[in-house]
Amino acid sequence: MKNPAVLVVALVAVLLVAALSIFTVDQRQAALVFQLGEVVGVKREPGLYFKLPVVQNVRYFDTRILTLESAEAERFITSEKKNVLVDYWIKWRIDDVRLFYVSFAGDEIRAENRLQQTINDGMRAEFGKRTVHDVVSGARDAVMDLLRERADQDARRFGVQVMDVRIKRVDLPSEVSESVYRRMEAERKRVANELRSTGTAEAEKIRADADKQREVIIAEAYREAQKIKGEGDGRAAGIYSAAYSKNPEFYAFYRSMEAYKASFGSKSDIMVLQPNSEFFRYMRSRGGK
Amino acid sequence: MHPIKDLLRAPLWLVQRYVLWPLAALRRGVPIAMAWNDPQWGNQGGGKNNAGPPDLDELWRNFNRRLNGMFGRKGGGGGNGGGDGEPPRIGGGREFNIPGGAGLLVGLAVLVWLASGFYIINAGERGVVLRFGKFLETTEPGPRWHLPYPFESVEKVNIEQVRTVEVGYRNNVKTKVLSESLMLTDDENIIDLQFSVQYLLKSPQDFLFNNRSPDDAVKGAAESAIREVVGKNKMDYVLYEGRADIADRVTKLMQAILDRYKTGVSISKVNMQNAQPPEQVQAAFDDAVKAGQDRERLKNEGEAYANDVVPRARGVASRLSEEAEGYRQRVIANAQGEAFRFSQVLAEYTKSPQVTRERLYQDAMQQVMANTTKVLVDDKQGGNLLYLPLDKLMQAAGAVDASARAEPAAPAAALAPQIDHANRSRDAFRGREREVRP
Repeated sequence: MKNPAVLVVALVAVLLVAALSIFTVDQRQAALVFQLGEVVGVKREPGLYFKLPVVQNVRYFDTRILTLESAEAERFITSEKKNVLVDYWIKWRIDDVRLFYVSFAGDEIRAENRLQQTINDGMRAEFGKRTVHDVVSGARDAVMDLLRERADQDARRFGVQVMDVRIKRVDLPSEVSESVYRRMEAERKRVANELRSTGTAEAEKIRADADKQREVIIAEAYREAQKIKGEGDGRAAGIYSAAYSKNPEFYAFYRSMEAYKASFGSKSDIMVLQPNSEFFRYMRSRGGK
Repeated sequence: MHPIKDLLRAPLWLVQRYVLWPLAALRRGVPIAMAWNDPQWGNQGGGKNNAGPPDLDELWRNFNRRLNGMFGRKGGGGGNGGGDGEPPRIGGGREFNIPGGAGLLVGLAVLVWLASGFYIINAGERGVVLRFGKFLETTEPGPRWHLPYPFESVEKVNIEQVRTVEVGYRNNVKTKVLSESLMLTDDENIIDLQFSVQYLLKSPQDFLFNNRSPDDAVKGAAESAIREVVGKNKMDYVLYEGRADIADRVTKLMQAILDRYKTGVSISKVNMQNAQPPEQVQAAFDDAVKAGQDRERLKNEGEAYANDVVPRARGVASRLSEEAEGYRQRVIANAQGEAFRFSQVLAEYTKSPQVTRERLYQDAMQQVMANTTKVLVDDKQGGNLLYLPLDKLMQAAGAVDASARAEPAAPAAALAPQIDHANRSRDAFRGREREVRP
């Protein structure tokens, strides 16, 4: 039978050796195995790996997609000699670990600086060919694609894959912004004035139309009224003439009598008479002559 | 059999012998004493049973499967069941002969080590299990177990929690971040836009493994997408009618960007909190909006005027028409009446013209004379100058007329216009007559 103490010592020794020779590579990582400073193995796949204890050591690299954001907006000049401030971010990842290590000694910051230079140069060139309007709306996608392709091509040489280059902000410098605001203000003022004056015009039109309608309605009503009145007058005249033409001479007498009665009916009518009229013939003499 | 591998297997064998197998036996109702002679272990095992995973059989199988997966071969000695009450063995059938006290200690340590593999996934979470750093599986909510350190590890990710990023503001729409919120439109205007993005995770392993800071990626994608979409649209469209459409397009674009990086994120909603012109021009924009209202107001005032005038005119028109109709009927009726009257009189007149004519004349004269103020002058008598103060006469007559109208039954008053006859005119006839007609 074995001595338990020997077993324990053996166990500890085994564990020690295991700890020195076994290593795991995380899902998010890739690893380089160095043997006395020389790269002897690239572990891209996650999992359990063995190495020689002591003489070999392992270095891990994050292979997730990393974000490089431009620290502050860069100033570029467009083809119409306008300044624009541009913000962007780059999505990149370590593609070839060995190459990456060789190029940048595994330093992400150095890789980012390199990428940023490439992108900045690319942007300067692309923006210089385009107008503000193009980079803001029309050719935004094209510029981003172009920059990504160029950067990717360049970065592959360093074991880096550029996934995407996206322009975030394209803004005008503050002094230009100010004039944009003035322009916007003027534009709004124009719109406001237009709205108000068209409002006034429309209101006036509605009023005038109402006035016109009023005139037309009343005039038409007047016309109709006159027609009706004329018709009445006509019929009345017909009736009168039908009746009076039976004896025109008597009518003249009768009508005169009626007219006299109607004309002299008030105390304020003063008649200055001579008693020699027909009416007073009996007043003058009882014989009447 | 390699001696080192045997040594490696020793703790596992201990676990099987002292922990798992008794637990499985307990579960199956086999008395612990029969399975193993120490009742204390049974009690501990029972306590573990209460707090442990719900299904020991499953646990057992899981354990074996993992061991097999680890060492890449089928476990020897009935590793898949051990249902006959015989403890399953690992290795080539060799028994380790460890003294009882040390064995218990080691067993206890192993138990604690094994218990460290238990974990609970809360509702809405998923567990991502890694074996030696390599993705193994995603586990659903509930109590779970994984091989303890250093074999497996688990990372919990909340996938159902709605995550939010705010762009252009922090916490409150009032606290703006202008560098994020101001952007250029297609017509080179500047607008101020605040929005938030809500997202869920659709793949926990993508979320964990593919990006170093996926939440920042969402934010970056949001900023980039909104600027791209706004940059392709006119200011008025973004500010007023197109808000829903903008949000929709931002959602799609963001999803496309994030899928490109396999972030495992699913954008559920883009909320436009606020879209407005920048503060510097706010007043002008407000005024333009006000102008729109003014326009409506002016139009309404015009309409009000029209609605006042036209119906009035229609009223006047119908009055005119009714009056005309009334006039017509009146004139005709008058004519008919008068014609009838005349024809009646004429009928009598033709019977005796002379008398009727005389009578009519006298009647008319009487009526005329009775109702008027008369001054009878017989100037044949002298030819002297006659002074007639006509104005006074008229005044007096008017007054009488008025008072007569006021009190129709009043007797003759002493209001006699003075007539000054320079000569002793005897024929100056002054008369006043009043007759009140019934």
